[in-house]
Amino acid sequence: MAEVKVIGSWSSPYTRKVEMALKMKGVEYDYIEEDLKNKSPLLLQHNPIHKKVPVLLHNGKPIVESMVILEYIDEVWEGPAILPKDPYDRAMARFWVKFIDDKCIPPMWKACWSVGEEQEKLKEEAKQGLKFLENEIKGKKLFGGDNIGIVDHAANFIAYWFPITADFVGLQRLMTEEEFPNLYRWADDYCSHTFVKENLPDKDGYIAILKSRYRSIIIWHYLSLINYVTFLVRSPHAFPIYEYEFK
Amino acid sequence: MAVKVLDFWASPYGVRVRVALAEKGVSYESQEEDLFGGKSDLLLQSNPIYGKVPVLLHDDKPVLESSNIVYYIDETWPSPHLMPASSYGRSRARFWTDFIDKKVYDVGRNIWMGKGAEVEAAKDEFIDVLKKLEGALGDREYYGGDQFGFLDIIFVSLSCWFPTYEKYGGFKVEEETPKIAAWLKKCYKRETVAKSMPDCQKVIEFVGMMRKMHGIE
Repeated sequence: MAEVKVIGSWSSPYTRKVEMALKMKGVEYDYIEEDLKNKSPLLLQHNPIHKKVPVLLHNGKPIVESMVILEYIDEVWEGPAILPKDPYDRAMARFWVKFIDDKCIPPMWKACWSVGEEQEKLKEEAKQGLKFLENEIKGKKLFGGDNIGIVDHAANFIAYWFPITADFVGLQRLMTEEEFPNLYRWADDYCSHTFVKENLPDKDGYIAILKSRYRSIIIWHYLSLINYVTFLVRSPHAFPIYEYEFK
Repeated sequence: MAVKVLDFWASPYGVRVRVALAEKGVSYESQEEDLFGGKSDLLLQSNPIYGKVPVLLHDDKPVLESSNIVYYIDETWPSPHLMPASSYGRSRARFWTDFIDKKVYDVGRNIWMGKGAEVEAAKDEFIDVLKKLEGALGDREYYGGDQFGFLDIIFVSLSCWFPTYEKYGGFKVEEETPKIAAWLKKCYKRETVAKSMPDCQKVIEFVGMMRKMHGIE
């Protein structure tokens, strides 16, 4: 029997999408939780270039980068398709995956951890990206049509992790139901899909991770809201904790 | 079934599409875009989000992003195969394509657009990127193994800008990564590559003009 392992991070949307894809294909695997503050020799050996999770190990061979992993899973195992069959539809799906990863998620995530003018700029940038997605999901239940596809997986952060994070840090008016009704509806459909809802990290657990990992940036965040401190506080880029350590 | 490519002569990403179509023996119409004077309506309609070249139009349906286009070409005209035969081999090709897309051109750009210490830092980063790609090649003839393949197309296309990086960064690819230099020489002998690449000297002049436009020289 083929040996399948996933090296991942419990709270990571990138790890979760790999696990969901394997489960949807009915593939059994062993899960190895990685301590991102103290990366294991196993991770560094199998992903020496990026040193990130998730990593899929199939019979000892590593596949890295979550979208590369999803395409691999789709090719190797039978079951519901993750990518469309038609080459043109596949090209469109790959386009949207990259768009979400490059243009939507980074400013959304960074906006959560910035303040003032910087935050407003990031919010605007994120909204530009979300407008295109709003248009793309119109008339469709999921980005993959009737079933979850690679674009839905690519956008999982937007559906679940972002609302929790934004709520936690008090970020408002980035993705409102008024402005993005179709995306709102999609997020709900995605999160309540039988498969997805059983495989999301619970909200309290995720918030606990946010609290512990980002304690310093949260303290700074609230301090800088106090007017007399703001001129003493350096640029947000002084805190390098923008990079999420999973991809 | 009509194939059209919206392109720009100096675009390394455009080179990918030219080589891939040539490898498959697909004839197409090429439309040169004036990226400075005014992009065509067709380009802006086909690629409303980015407005960038290259764009492949297959029976008027646009395919965007050069790596995506090469995947599409390989899947639509299957012979000869560009991607490796095994799923694992294909995952490696996709991984390195993603790496090349994120690192090579943007870091190279920091070399010719940078000022002062930025140039040295960008050069060091670029050489590090090349060394990683040299490691990926190993002792094989091509990234595709014995045969010129998908990843060779993805990477060789960017090399028409290497003399530009060498000039402004003050280094030589041949000294830093001799295996890559040897692989490049092999690729340039291939007709599909030779006829698709722009003149590297013209690229250097083009970059000189862009530096003046940005007030760097």
